[in-house]
Amino acid sequence: MKSGLILRPFLVVLLLAMVLRPVWFTPLLAPLAPENGPVIYERASLWSLTISHLGLVLAASLSATVVAVGLAVFVTRPIGAAFLPLSRTVTNIGQTFPPVAVLALAVPALGFGAGPTLVALFLYGLLPIFDNAVTGLRTLPPVTMDAARGIGLSPSQRLRTVELPLALPVILTGVRLSVVIALGTATIGSTVAARTLGEVIIAGLLTNNTAFVVQGGVITGLLALLIHDGLVLLEKRLSA
Amino acid sequence: MIEIDQLTKRFGETTAVDSVSMTVETGTITVIVGTSGSGKSTLMRMINRLEEPTSGQVRINGEATGTMTPHLLRRRIGYAIQGHGLFPHHTVARNIGAVPRLLGWPKAQIAERVDELLTLFSMAPDAFRDRYPGDLSGGQQQRVGVARALASRPDVMLMDEPFGALDPIIRHRAQEDLARIQRQLGSTIILVTHDMEEAIRLGDRVAVMDKGKLVQYARPSEIIANPASTFVREMLGDEDRPLRQLSLMHVSDLIEAGDADGVAIDADASLREALSACLWSGRDALPVAQGGRITLDAIRAQAEQPA
Ligand SMILES: Nc1ncnc2c1ncn2[C@@H]1O[C@H](COP(=O)(O)OP(=O)(O)OP(=O)(O)O)[C@@H](O)[C@H]1O
Ligand SMILES: [Mg+2]
Repeated sequence: MKSGLILRPFLVVLLLAMVLRPVWFTPLLAPLAPENGPVIYERASLWSLTISHLGLVLAASLSATVVAVGLAVFVTRPIGAAFLPLSRTVTNIGQTFPPVAVLALAVPALGFGAGPTLVALFLYGLLPIFDNAVTGLRTLPPVTMDAARGIGLSPSQRLRTVELPLALPVILTGVRLSVVIALGTATIGSTVAARTLGEVIIAGLLTNNTAFVVQGGVITGLLALLIHDGLVLLEKRLSA
Repeated sequence: MIEIDQLTKRFGETTAVDSVSMTVETGTITVIVGTSGSGKSTLMRMINRLEEPTSGQVRINGEATGTMTPHLLRRRIGYAIQGHGLFPHHTVARNIGAVPRLLGWPKAQIAERVDELLTLFSMAPDAFRDRYPGDLSGGQQQRVGVARALASRPDVMLMDEPFGALDPIIRHRAQEDLARIQRQLGSTIILVTHDMEEAIRLGDRVAVMDKGKLVQYARPSEIIANPASTFVREMLGDEDRPLRQLSLMHVSDLIEAGDADGVAIDADASLREALSACLWSGRDALPVAQGGRITLDAIRAQAEQPA
């Protein structure tokens, strides 16, 4: 806990420095770059790549959350109960697909660019959120649910004021999994010409420039770490 | 008036409630008593339709509940669930105010009612209002659960073992508070317990259940005097019967002219308390605070087995 208090601000500063002032890292990265080759990626600003990377992840995760929670609510109501076993099977199979495969399948359908990446992130992001939301909504304390009925809450009032708030920590765990996967998967989006931090890594791989690979990799890694950490804190606060 | 008409509930092979019929008069306390698993909770939960009967009907003031919208029916009926069932993510105040909020009471009125109920159950409003159920003791949680059932002053209240987690002293006081509130508001209360003592103390009528069946439904005095079966007798506990009988009668019933020495007893006290005072202080008669006296012989005569 104490180490987190020091480490967290340090990592935030490190991330900002790497994105906003990449030249500061020239001395560190120079040994990794090919001789006379560029040390710092300059074809596009790292800041704008980071923003576009985060934008893709945010858009995909937000829509995945809305759709997945909506579906989870549906299959846990009496009218949707018939779909529960099927939807769980589909989710379990879906999660065994590697994200790259989802991306590869999206390209033929949607062409190159941000579109297929967004779709792949969205589809893949649905699974853990749906899975957790269903679990959260189905494992509420029975006595509490009974009391909610007993005092006269209507079905929709029960959902809004009791079920969703109580399931929220579990749902958020799913969102966190999904966001972290999306942050990593988005880098692969650059292979189909989406503007993400993957661009830096791929440029490095193509030109044998380890400095680029490290730069792109570390920024993505730090983003994932800090966002993950933030969401864990949020979950803790909500379930306390 | 609540009419329970040949109510039956089956869960697969088990018949939890087996063709029970009884009528609960408006403004009375009816206590359902029985051993664990005898179907008390299930019978009660069919009244507010938390369980749908397999067959039979419940009518409240002549109106069959089966045709009402379940959540609207439940809003009219206070319900204290077995094991409190408080909302863990809401404060004590929000839990207690849940039903008034559903009914659209103004905020200030809800806050006032919450404080009133907390005070009634000996929980200082300032100390408890903003706490979460998880920070309360089992007995405190249970009292909040009962307060929630009372909050909107419903005409009908269902209470499933509301005092189970309370220690004897608080339990006794909570029972008295409930009886007083009930008399003041004239509400109709159906209360479940497996404690015959509580049933006799609180009930205008006592319903004894055994394996899903209603084996006796009568006034407490009648149940003590004429238990309908061996099961009811066992529930009463044979050796306690004379004492239970005495606990239903008051000193005022036996006052005679004359004097006695020592500390006086109140005319409202039960004969059981009077007997206790006689035995404890070694006296044959007690002065009554309101005048006159009560003798040990007279008390003893009341405790004898009825012919
Ligand atoms: N939802 C349910 N599904 C299956 N069986 C049930 C259900 N609810 C109750 N039962 C069964 O019905 C019978 C009566 O249960 P009920 O809860 O009404 O008993 P009770 O008298 O309230 O007992 P206790 O004093 O332990 O609370 C028991 O055998 C119980 O196992
Ligand atoms: Mg019960």
